[in-house]
Amino acid sequence: MPPHPSPTASPHPGHSGDPVGGAHGAKKQFLRDAREYVRDTDHRAFLRRALAGYYTTRDGQKARYRDWEHARDAANLAKWNAVNRLDEMLVRFADTFEAGGGKVHWARDAAEARSIILGIVRDAGAKAIIKSKCMTSEEIHLNAALEAEGYGVVESDLGEFIQQLRGEPPFHFVFPCMHVRRGEISKLFEEHLGSAPTESPEELTMIARRYMRRLYVEADVGITGGNFLVAETGQISITENEGNARLTAALPRVHVALVGIEKCVERLDDLAVLLPMLATAGTGQPITCYNTLYGGPRATGECDGPREMHVVLLDNGRAAILADPEQRDSLQCIRCGACLNVCPIFKNVGGFTYGTTYQGPIGSVITPHLRGLGDWNHLSQASSLCGACTDACPVRIDIHHHLLHNRRNAVRAAPNRIERMGHRMFAAVAARPQLFAAGGALFRRSLWLLKKLRLPLLRDWIASRDLPGAPARSFRDQWRHRAAPAVARSRPSTGGGAR
Amino acid sequence: MNARDAILARVREALTVPGPGPHQRAGEMAGHGAAPHPAPPPLGSLPVLALEAARPWLPDGGATPEERLSLLADNLGKLKAVFHCVPTIHAAQDLLFSIARERDWKRVAWHAHPLVEPILAGIPCATHKVDSAAGVVADLATDAGARKDALEACDAGITGCEALVAQTGSILVSSATCGGRALSVLPPVHVVVATPEQIVATLADAFDALRERHGKSLPSMLSFITGPSRTGDIERILVLGAHGPKELIVILVG
Ligand code: SF4
Repeated sequence: MPPHPSPTASPHPGHSGDPVGGAHGAKKQFLRDAREYVRDTDHRAFLRRALAGYYTTRDGQKARYRDWEHARDAANLAKWNAVNRLDEMLVRFADTFEAGGGKVHWARDAAEARSIILGIVRDAGAKAIIKSKCMTSEEIHLNAALEAEGYGVVESDLGEFIQQLRGEPPFHFVFPCMHVRRGEISKLFEEHLGSAPTESPEELTMIARRYMRRLYVEADVGITGGNFLVAETGQISITENEGNARLTAALPRVHVALVGIEKCVERLDDLAVLLPMLATAGTGQPITCYNTLYGGPRATGECDGPREMHVVLLDNGRAAILADPEQRDSLQCIRCGACLNVCPIFKNVGGFTYGTTYQGPIGSVITPHLRGLGDWNHLSQASSLCGACTDACPVRIDIHHHLLHNRRNAVRAAPNRIERMGHRMFAAVAARPQLFAAGGALFRRSLWLLKKLRLPLLRDWIASRDLPGAPARSFRDQWRHRAAPAVARSRPSTGGGAR
Repeated sequence: MNARDAILARVREALTVPGPGPHQRAGEMAGHGAAPHPAPPPLGSLPVLALEAARPWLPDGGATPEERLSLLADNLGKLKAVFHCVPTIHAAQDLLFSIARERDWKRVAWHAHPLVEPILAGIPCATHKVDSAAGVVADLATDAGARKDALEACDAGITGCEALVAQTGSILVSSATCGGRALSVLPPVHVVVATPEQIVATLADAFDALRERHGKSLPSMLSFITGPSRTGDIERILVLGAHGPKELIVILVG
């Protein structure tokens, strides 16, 4: 294979997904990046434009369902069933898949998964590796491990390819380069592939297409992810739009799929529910362009396809989520990306700020479990708790309540004494009307002073919010001296509740 | 303990603590007066299967053959696939001939199939010597395996299919009956030949058709192809022909 256009050596600091300095560093990085992104109004407008079409296309597709809300219940049922019987599902999947001639590997953590895949690549005597989009491989930093051993690996998904050339992780786990403008892509291709500059998304896509064709033909090993593991039939299901995963699993001699253990469903028929819903929720399509099931390597009598197929089942913290019954349902996630698309926080701080493999609301829920190191609960604080994510989720994961659960867990693990003292004091005052009135009067008069003093708790709060001025009179005082109830003014059912 | 046993042990251990049942929320914040989780239904005794629950709510697939045909045509159109309905094999041959002429095909790939071979006779290729002023189209059969680079150099791949799904406008192909894995995705144009009897209403019906045909030993690859390959990775703008075919042409014969 010709020398692969090597990505810039080190990912952007703070974009690596593994901030140095552990969780404390992660929180600092979050706050710093969030501040930067939020100030970049161009960038925010660009993200909004990119996602603007999503709502209309999604709602158009949802309207084709005879009842979307009930269909969500069914999708939830399919995944609930598999997650709550995960041991059964995994054993059944593994046995059935191996009966079809493939091999199943089990990886407890990222290091084990990397060494399994390196072993397969070595045994295959691979010279060139082609990859299709696989978030689990981002999770275990597979590309870096392969490159460290001297293997060239090319991401074939257009968005992932662009991110690879940029030396950045994906910005959004479904739309990896949605933050990049076409001009930047043109420059990138000019620099790495020697193509002519162009502003046309079509031409840019064709440049990547032409570049990749030869690589599919020449690669010895193809690495993919997997969206579902079908226990009943021992198949993995891969969902994609571009056809790159189809090619990756068709042309190389060896096919390796790295899949999280939670991806199980029990029956093939479950996919008749999940495949359309995944697409509708995630991208607003009726169904994704290619939905492909692989039951093993080329079977006898078939004319092409890999000679070997390996499925690597990755735990890497998933069993820890399973062990928390309260948040177990977050394993039902089918990674459609809908919760990111509708999240006001995501749209303002962007994907890199999270510093995680899985961005957005679902990432904030599962990362503290998956990372296992330190405390990622600050992500759960970065939420308005509007619940848009929960409403968007096709499998009905209770996402925004889990953000609350994480906050509660964080407080339990490290109680904030000052805050607690404040709450106690407020409770004591609020229970005594006279004290409450006196306290209120004092507060109204000294609010300006509080603003000036910039006490630590208040300082963070008012850094990005205006603290309103205090009214001259308390509510109770105003109520007592209100004008006589104006019956005539409160005519029923007019005015649309603008008051 | 090996990794398999270790992971399964962790999973089993985790599942000894019951969680909420399906459609149940984890509850309000525990410790804030919320009731404990109601017990989930015993496993393995779900009242209904997911599909049975969902069937009436999913997008419609059409109740009669006519409805299914028009739904399929409609969906394929929206997906920017090309859909032709022709009465006879003869008409299909003529159609393929004009498509080949129009696009100036030099090489086509195909596989042995009761519909593909007769329709292939419509173009002047090496396998079917037809006198034509248009020149001969080279052809490549994938049945005994084909060189990857030769297949890559073809202008079109012509295949049959397992089923056509009205609900989504999908074409189901398999590695066993549609010329392998690469034929339907490597060349820049994919031509599918099918009969109206192959149209099924929904994805679930397509799975039924597969089971009927292959029993327990399913082909190693099954793929629902829904429109030409596409991407929206650049500024979320739709571009056709990302890595797979730029054009998908469905020819229904009969
Ligand atoms: S949590 Fe729900 S909405 Fe978010 S990616 Fe997962 S399945 Fe989609």
